[in-house]
Amino acid sequence: MLADKDRIFTNLYGQHDWTLAGARERGAWVGTKEFIDSGRDWITNEVKASGLRGRGGAGFPTALKWTFMPKVNDGRPHYLLVNADESEPGTCKDREILRHDPHHLVEGCLLAARAMDAHTAFIYVRGEFIRERQHLERAVEEAYEARLIGKDNIHGWDLDIIVHHGAGAYICGEETALMESLEGKKGQPRLKPPFPAGMGVYGNPTTVNNVESIAVVPEILRRSGAWFASIGRANNTGTKLMCVSGHVNKPATFEEAMGESFKDIIEKHCGGIRGGWDNLLAVIPGGASVPCVPGEKIQNAIVDFDGLREAGSSMGTAAIIVMDKQTDIIKAIWRLSAFYKHESCGQCTPCREGTGWMMRVMERMVEGRAQKREIDMLFEVTKQIEGHTICALGDAAAWPIQGLIRNFRHVIEARIDQYTYSSTSDGAVPSIAAE
Amino acid sequence: MVARRLADESVQPAKFAFSAENAKWAEWKIGLYPAGRQQSAVIPLLMRAQDQDGWVSRATIETVADMLGMAYIRVLEVATFYTQFQLQPVGRNAHIQVCGTTPCMLRGAGELIEICKNKIHHDPHHLNADGTMSWEEVECAGACVNAPMVTIYHDTYEDLTPARFEEIVDAFAAGKGATIKPGPQIDRLHSAAEGGRTTLLEKPTAKREKFIPPAPPADAAAPAAAPAPAPAAAQAPTTAAKPKDVSEESAPALKGTPAAAKVSEAKAEGERKATNASAKANGKPNDAMREGAVGAESPAVQDTGKASGEKKSRTIIASNAPAAKAESAAPAATPLFAAPAGAADDLKLISGVGPVLEGKLKALGVTQWSQVAAFTEADIAKLDDALGFKGRVTRDEWVKQAAALAKGGEAEYVRVFGKKPR
Repeated sequence: MLADKDRIFTNLYGQHDWTLAGARERGAWVGTKEFIDSGRDWITNEVKASGLRGRGGAGFPTALKWTFMPKVNDGRPHYLLVNADESEPGTCKDREILRHDPHHLVEGCLLAARAMDAHTAFIYVRGEFIRERQHLERAVEEAYEARLIGKDNIHGWDLDIIVHHGAGAYICGEETALMESLEGKKGQPRLKPPFPAGMGVYGNPTTVNNVESIAVVPEILRRSGAWFASIGRANNTGTKLMCVSGHVNKPATFEEAMGESFKDIIEKHCGGIRGGWDNLLAVIPGGASVPCVPGEKIQNAIVDFDGLREAGSSMGTAAIIVMDKQTDIIKAIWRLSAFYKHESCGQCTPCREGTGWMMRVMERMVEGRAQKREIDMLFEVTKQIEGHTICALGDAAAWPIQGLIRNFRHVIEARIDQYTYSSTSDGAVPSIAAE
Repeated sequence: MVARRLADESVQPAKFAFSAENAKWAEWKIGLYPAGRQQSAVIPLLMRAQDQDGWVSRATIETVADMLGMAYIRVLEVATFYTQFQLQPVGRNAHIQVCGTTPCMLRGAGELIEICKNKIHHDPHHLNADGTMSWEEVECAGACVNAPMVTIYHDTYEDLTPARFEEIVDAFAAGKGATIKPGPQIDRLHSAAEGGRTTLLEKPTAKREKFIPPAPPADAAAPAAAPAPAPAAAQAPTTAAKPKDVSEESAPALKGTPAAAKVSEAKAEGERKATNASAKANGKPNDAMREGAVGAESPAVQDTGKASGEKKSRTIIASNAPAAKAESAAPAATPLFAAPAGAADDLKLISGVGPVLEGKLKALGVTQWSQVAAFTEADIAKLDDALGFKGRVTRDEWVKQAAALAKGGEAEYVRVFGKKPR
């Protein structure tokens, strides 16, 4: 378990002053000039040595992503775009960074911008985070006033930070949709290639990073990449903000080392499962888009990228949604289907039509008003949506249902049996089982 | 997707204008974006207009389009695409947005929605009788650990119970919304656990302890302390000698410069100095040397005294540490198992075993997959104690993995687990 001295986000709960003065007391903006002076390669290499993998869900190595930016500046400006459009159900980690440790992010922007030769950084905050955005805007202002960023600042690397915001579209968390939205259009994902590193915001080279990925960079440089790499298992290094919601005794957000077992984490930070460990039904371990894992399988699973993959799911954003045995699991997954139907951008047919179709079938399955063969048909349709869309929203909509059918088929079948039994035993419509 | 239309003509106002303060703000906001990219400001401007009027009308859309030089249809697209824009009038005192997505649903958002239906209006987006309140169900608002929650105007009200939520609705309906404190409505500090946080109990400081990379102790100790079979002893140091932490990557100055870069290094150094001088003169960053960055920047790093000094000290730590730690780790390495004859297997192929653990295992006399495969419960318990990783062996299913590897090497592993080892 992680010790307090190894925590990066020391004001996670807002128990201290979040402004510049307070952030400096906790060590922010110390040594930044040296890091900038050490140059682009040094920063990138140190982050590479830390083994940092993107914290937004996909887990792509952050330093490697930075190296995709053109080495030679062809005259077009380079942009850093920070993805603070945190909308994945279950996830509320970036919110704490934005409102309580915003200077981690601002300093991280400067260092990351140096590593990719950028002089402009955009931070795209989701529209619902209004108070959070106000804190961030204030932190950026403070940094300008103290000449930490801006033109001719004391660090010798010009950087303008523009805080932008969205207006309630989940899809804008996808990097190309994020860029479309930043350009003032509907947030519909772009085809790749061209990749953002070649053609991003306004057609210029852009790198999109999650808030947490950028906000940990200053501490990695201050304490060395080796420090970060010494936490967790190989390929799954570092600390991670985790948010546990749902049926635990005390839901909470906290920073923990990667590679701890699920049970230890829940016991330590969340006071155990509501009704005890025997009452655990299922867990969605990485935000709504990843498959759920049955309780008995997750208990001893290791919470990191590889550990959760072995458990048949994915780390995602480390947003752990816990469901106990009183949960109607079909209804819980149906609600996710409704979410994806609501958030589909409407660009690709399989997703636009498929998400609505899946939601309607799921709706009937919640009641049990379905045929058992429809379970296979539903599974089949999820397979036809998955991988046939421009962005990953189609996949994300398909996976929760696949996870449900794979792990809880017996529950769906029992529900259908119950419905059939009720309808026939009432004697109302003996011959019609469903539909 | 949701179909969203503008409100009926009967409620559309004839015109819209930003207040003086907001107009000034809008001008500043548009100016932030690069020249010719003022369209980027469309969402912030619409949002500001909504903050001013409560909702987005046709007149608002047209005004914003004119300000940004956009076609009306483009702004209409944006206003209908983004669901945070209210396209019809909302309650004067409050528009309550109840999060209904799964994490909130699990903790009782359904009851909150029922309360809205009973107290405000049966349908979302409809005003109550006196026009003071309206409500809607929104998708995840990003406060899941504080579920269930609602958003009213700029603030969130979290950790609600039905009783508390009724009080809040009543307060807003009576125009006393300001008396309710936003944030968690129970005893907790933001997203910390209820009743007191479990972490961050120490007062944070600006001091940072210098990180000393953990040396690979058992590996280094293996050849000296353990009478392990010869092949194992011969192999162990080779993996152990590779420092996991301060690799070449982290200290570019140490890195053998690629041959191609070396040739031009002297030339590059000269050029770099020249361009640095000119860069300083015109105040621009030195861009000329971005090409072939490895050769060009590594020497530059050495120029800055402090940075290279820091790097050197780290290197020293790395090279000293194994020797220093070797002795202290030695006693732990008495063999628990009788190492079988024959060549040692690559235990690292077992997922969960890294170079460090492999060294420890070899020192304990475990050298082959077949040994691991034949472990009894007692063996595992013994090993758990010796390694100090309680439960690691069972959690990572070493026995099952090793059985596959012992049976048919990598190919069998792939067949059983559906992926390559490691």
